[in-house]
Amino acid sequence: MLEVENLSVAYGAVQALKGVSLRAETGSITAVLGANGAGKTTLLRAISGLVSTQTGTVRFGSRTLTGMPVERIVQSGVGHVPEGGLVITELTVAENLELGAAWRYGRRERARHLNEVYDLFPALKERSSQHASSLSGGERQMLAIGRAVVSHPSLLLLDEPSLGLAPIITANLMAVLLELTRQEDLTVLLVEQNARSALSIANWAVVINLGTVVVSDRAETVAADSDLRHHYLGF
Amino acid sequence: MRLFVNITLGGVAEGLIFSSVALGLVLIFRATNIINFAQGAMAMLTTFIAFSVLGKGVGYWPAFLVALACGLLLGGVVQLTLVRPVQNKPPLNAVIVTFGLLIFLEGIAGAIWGNTNRGFPAAFSQKGLVVGKTAVAFSHFDIFIVVAVLALSILVGVLFRFTTVGLRMRAAAFAPEAARLLGVRVGRLLTLGWALAAVAGALAGLLVAPTSVFSPGYMDLILVYAFTAAVLGGLDSPLGALVGGVITGLALAYVGGYLGGSLQPIGALVLLIVVLMIRPEGIFSQPTARRV
Ligand SMILES: Nc1ncnc2c1ncn2[C@@H]1O[C@H](COP(=O)(O)OP(=O)(O)OP(=O)(O)O)[C@@H](O)[C@H]1O
Ligand SMILES: [Mg+2]
Repeated sequence: MLEVENLSVAYGAVQALKGVSLRAETGSITAVLGANGAGKTTLLRAISGLVSTQTGTVRFGSRTLTGMPVERIVQSGVGHVPEGGLVITELTVAENLELGAAWRYGRRERARHLNEVYDLFPALKERSSQHASSLSGGERQMLAIGRAVVSHPSLLLLDEPSLGLAPIITANLMAVLLELTRQEDLTVLLVEQNARSALSIANWAVVINLGTVVVSDRAETVAADSDLRHHYLGF
Repeated sequence: MRLFVNITLGGVAEGLIFSSVALGLVLIFRATNIINFAQGAMAMLTTFIAFSVLGKGVGYWPAFLVALACGLLLGGVVQLTLVRPVQNKPPLNAVIVTFGLLIFLEGIAGAIWGNTNRGFPAAFSQKGLVVGKTAVAFSHFDIFIVVAVLALSILVGVLFRFTTVGLRMRAAAFAPEAARLLGVRVGRLLTLGWALAAVAGALAGLLVAPTSVFSPGYMDLILVYAFTAAVLGGLDSPLGALVGGVITGLALAYVGGYLGGSLQPIGALVLLIVVLMIRPEGIFSQPTARRV
């Protein structure tokens, strides 16, 4: 269970989050939706410690994450797929994955966990020794996700994983996420511009507008509310 | 012909010394985007420590190891105390800090050991080898230089290419934020990077000292040449540092041998300008990795 309470973040004079609170149940997917600049990325970055918070706490399970350095948060089982993926282009596909697994697994175990990722994303297997700079946008996105799940996190933060992907690939991706969540008792926060596809797999939805939570409800309820959809989600 | 061979051999040995200083500059630059102007002065300090240890009569090799160990420690301490506070500040801050450290270390060394020119012993004979019946300008000590610098380069190469620590160091250098999101303790690796760089420097200090006058400023000119070598190699490529050092050493040897030793610093400058004009990213730099 992830509990975010009264989280505020500012970049200089820009108040990006104003007292955001939300909960995400273990084994569920929570879609985090909202317009450009709403504060979705900032929320994820605050949870994984990449930006410092003014007020509020983030608890995951029995741990308080607030104030911990990023790498310790990651090592408490938080996987973060940042906006744009940020694969390390100077390293090969396999090296990117190795790095994701290295804090948790010894050399011998890593090979097995890398293979799990290759099963999820066969395209990566064929390119395992290629530099990540040679991957297509969709392949990079797969690598970014593979790199985060290879260490079997218990909380997965995904920032627009479908960015720039063809609809069919997005659908595949969503299916993979659903499968991972079911298999691994994973808690997922899924930030998406593509609200429709996010709502199709999410259990819960949180809509953020100008740094505050405006709606927090079951995904079906949000998807069914046409006023809300028109107003905040544009479909 | 004999002159040419001798000059070439001397150039290679001299160049490999530049390589080891350049390797230190590159390790630091690619990890922290900082040019360490104190790289030579730090090497000078560890070599003077070895000099004092030698004075206690412990023999060359223990003193050699003491210098390398002090380098490891000094590099780590410098990073933790001086460099970390300026790490994410404007680049000029780091320039001032490392340049200040250069002046500070040379001042300290002058105060402790005096500014007189001394001699530093060599590990092996510096007399030219005899091949057939002719003596060449390449000594046992020069062979030691080649072996030591190549061994260090191979060690660094293996560390980066084949170990998990090396993988983490590369990730931390190329993409610190992405690396942190993968559980890499970037801060620690930067300290380790400085420590390794200072070991490379300490080795260079020990290799240069017997071939020149030994005083607190004896690494100054070497740093200039090593910087030339590092830029030649692309500033972020360890292999580039190695090759860049040899090219610089050869170029300076030919200038010195055929045109006169006093022209060498100008030769280095010309080389630097030519490289910056023809291939500003250096010979071995991966363009995607370059951030300046
Ligand atoms: N590094 C930064 N410095 C200053 N302001 C920032 C910074 N990052 C984000 N902001 C501002 O904070 C607000 C929230 O940004 P954030 O990136 O969290 O939005 P978002 O919901 O992820 O938007 P998008 O859907 O476009 O990715 C915006 O007004 C943005 O301009
Ligand atoms: Mg965003």
